[in-house]
Amino acid sequence: MLELSNLDIKSAREGLKSGKFSSRDLVQACLNVIKEKNKELNAFLEVFDNVLDQADEADKKIAQGIDLPLLGVPIAIKDNILVAGQKSSASSKILENFISPINSTAVQKLLDAGAIIMGRTNMDEFAMGSSTETSAFGLTLNPHDHSRVPGGSSGGSAVAVSTNMVLGSLGSDTAGSIRQPAAFCGVVGFKPTYGRVSRSGLIAMTSSLDQIGPFSKTLTDAEIIFNVLKGGDPLDSTTILEETYPKQKNFDKTIGVPRAFFEGEGISESVKKNLEESIEKFKSLGYKIVDINLPNISYSLAAYYILMPAEVSSNLARFDGVKFGLHTDGTNGIEDYFKTRAVGFGREARRRIILGTYVLSSGYYDAYYGNALKAKQIITNEMREAFKKVDLILTPTAPTPAFKFGEKATPLDMYLADIFTVPANISGCPSVSIPFGHENQLPLGIELTADLGREDNLFIAGKEFLGE
Amino acid sequence: MNAEEVLKLAKLARIEISVEEAENLSHEFEAILNYVGQVKEISGNMVLGEAGQKSEMFPHHNVLRGDSNPHESGIYTEKILENAPAREGDYIKVKKIL
Repeated sequence: MLELSNLDIKSAREGLKSGKFSSRDLVQACLNVIKEKNKELNAFLEVFDNVLDQADEADKKIAQGIDLPLLGVPIAIKDNILVAGQKSSASSKILENFISPINSTAVQKLLDAGAIIMGRTNMDEFAMGSSTETSAFGLTLNPHDHSRVPGGSSGGSAVAVSTNMVLGSLGSDTAGSIRQPAAFCGVVGFKPTYGRVSRSGLIAMTSSLDQIGPFSKTLTDAEIIFNVLKGGDPLDSTTILEETYPKQKNFDKTIGVPRAFFEGEGISESVKKNLEESIEKFKSLGYKIVDINLPNISYSLAAYYILMPAEVSSNLARFDGVKFGLHTDGTNGIEDYFKTRAVGFGREARRRIILGTYVLSSGYYDAYYGNALKAKQIITNEMREAFKKVDLILTPTAPTPAFKFGEKATPLDMYLADIFTVPANISGCPSVSIPFGHENQLPLGIELTADLGREDNLFIAGKEFLGE
Repeated sequence: MNAEEVLKLAKLARIEISVEEAENLSHEFEAILNYVGQVKEISGNMVLGEAGQKSEMFPHHNVLRGDSNPHESGIYTEKILENAPAREGDYIKVKKIL
């Protein structure tokens, strides 16, 4: 039997190419882990029943000498990224039985690169949350401590990689939904530049911020998946091209640390200490560490919690019980809407839709949405200015390690879990969470953010840091 | 914000909610709006022109495809209609409006 804990995508590809094992062996080993662990952890909502057939197809191609970056490699997909002919529910009752008519561009690219699409993973409903607790289909447990959350919203995808159910997975990141669960589960979570990966076929939450990216065990693997996913797409007009963001600076190993940003309240002492240790490690690798001042960065979260509900209220208007998804009958057409949306949406989705309706309403639009857009531009300018002098910005990924189920008593408490991850979404910058350090048995993460279009800097520094 | 205002917003958003949920939401919204209101502090002095806003905020705009059929007509009809809650032939069926 294959020992998956010693395998990553790079070594699995070598093993497949050399004939040491087959894709069927690899997929079967993953299925065994899923069978053993998923009932308790609930990372997967569904494992597709054709995975061994997919593996046999991959083995045929390998036998023919075909070499593709992910040929025969099992990958899990967050439940808001469409896979043709399969259910895609975004962990919501309102889409519980929705069968996707198309492949998302991201999944199509994985398939073209030879990946085995293993199944769909649990998440916060419509990606609304930081703990996967808002899923309509049960909690996902943190594998390091079952009384704690895996993070979110892509909690299932993080757990699937950290427990060797798969070698890589896809998530989506709107305010930290890849990076924060990666930190909580001890894996790599990578958010590309806004527009780098097509969102065609991603169930939209906040269209101006959403971005698809990979979870993996190593930076090398994140880069392999990223290279498969990236690129312009006629089906997503927000996708960028190589020349969209000209280089502002040549890489010279300079890291900026915005200390004022994380010296406030609510940040665990172990997280602060861990960051200092990561700084020492970067220094020992020849990196220059400089203090930087980003006076407006702490407004990112406030701007986010205006822009996001505004776009949510608009994006989720399409779920009306008429065209697809759940339908609950009322006495007339309009009552059908009210009943369908009351039953179909969970509490957090209802909260955000109604709040979004408020911030966009006449009389409040300028004060909230208008000012949030301005704040977004100011924060983006401030970060881009910083990236003329530094290659990377270093912060913790999250203010604490994984918290307990039910620990965040109010919505605002939960929202503050995104404080360090959200600036990269507000500015569109690429950002990665790298597993480093522990508090007791709980993993911690550090976060590197680079200038728009400069994923290359994240890969160079991240690989050096992890000794890859 | 009071519960009555929340109920009005819920109506605009086409979601039926209970008075109890509206009460709870009104308290939560107070706390959230109080927090997010801080964006007014930094944005006060900045004026973004209509054109400036677009070019600065988005790296490209008006990305359009040709005005022609993006795929062969009818290839998704059945797959899409299978997801519809009610259908009649190749139509989605809804309740009488008038």
